[in-house]
Amino acid sequence: MLTMGIDIGSRSTQCVILEDGQLLTYGNIETGPNSTENSRAAVEAAIHRRDELWGEYRMQLPNTDTSHLRIEDMAYIVATGYGRVVVPFANANITEISCHARGAHWFVPGVSTILDMGGQDCKGIRVNERGEVTKFIMNDKCAGGTGRFMEIIAAIIQLPLPEIGPISLESTKKIPFNTICAVFAKSEAVALMKDGASKADILAGLHEAISARVLALLKRVGIEEKFVITGGIAKNVGVVRKVEDKLGGLKATIPAEPQIAGALGAALFALDRARKKAAENTSRTICSAPGKEAAPDQGLIP
Amino acid sequence: MEANYGYCDASGDYFIVINTDDCDGCNRCVEVCPQSVLALVVDDYEETVAAVGEAFRKKLKESCAACKPVGKRLLPPCIESCAMNAISHSW
Repeated sequence: MLTMGIDIGSRSTQCVILEDGQLLTYGNIETGPNSTENSRAAVEAAIHRRDELWGEYRMQLPNTDTSHLRIEDMAYIVATGYGRVVVPFANANITEISCHARGAHWFVPGVSTILDMGGQDCKGIRVNERGEVTKFIMNDKCAGGTGRFMEIIAAIIQLPLPEIGPISLESTKKIPFNTICAVFAKSEAVALMKDGASKADILAGLHEAISARVLALLKRVGIEEKFVITGGIAKNVGVVRKVEDKLGGLKATIPAEPQIAGALGAALFALDRARKKAAENTSRTICSAPGKEAAPDQGLIP
Repeated sequence: MEANYGYCDASGDYFIVINTDDCDGCNRCVEVCPQSVLALVVDDYEETVAAVGEAFRKKLKESCAACKPVGKRLLPPCIESCAMNAISHSW
């Protein structure tokens, strides 16, 4: 049984296809302005396993050809993310909070605390042993601690996004940032560059400020082992280290593909619903079978 | 589920916390809210519970200001109306 999850985020869109709960394929593209086209493009990227935009596939996928798959082949499709209501072919939509929890639980069974740092928001989620949400908090009003903030900084420093994490680890001097506002931190970074501060030190200072910001949010839901970071920023080793330092030795687990957690969770919810639907259909068939109606009369036969 | 709706910015934290395990979906808080901040929704686990409307999640400081404790009124109407004690404000 094939099920699909689509996560339309503010900066990137992911599509995950499962076959009986096993990962079959996935795709990750940049979110475009037209939601309908965008969701179809994500499906295309998944079935053709396109990787030109976000680097190589980090997870081993089954060696089966998926390029013939169509949207109509899916037993159930769940959409999530802020653009979930505009996926025309989705059977249902579920909030990204529940989907991220489900996806992180699939990657790391026994997870308790999830920090999701997305393109334009930041979420703290607590889950129970079944991967269901027990507490959540989200901040999407401030750009501090979001992927978009990282993109802006990478552009100012003139480094490719994937490199800013490793380079920040080479920092030798602490630079305290006075603000975490994306607009003012940008000006502060430019001023520091002019004064000759090293890129590594500036990045480390920003990562420090971001981690303080997200941890303040996370503390509202409480932090316990196992702790998982999802979303694009989980790929930034600089931020992950700073968050871990502040937690006093509590290690963060990073899923192999942290960005697909939401879409994966959606595909797992889709599997539940597809199975429920199939079970309902089967029971209806049994109830309406002709032999069944005659059953109560059997007791009258001597 | 302890649902935190709201935001934090440079001026502080503004969250309405709704415990959906305690909320029985009685609709009383929705009726008493003068700003229509609260609404009943069906959550992801298919339960009908109170939630903060999407449109208000980034401006709770302003939307809820008129109901904040002043003079003889000690609690905002939403908190006061909830028989299950499922609603709280972080500020």
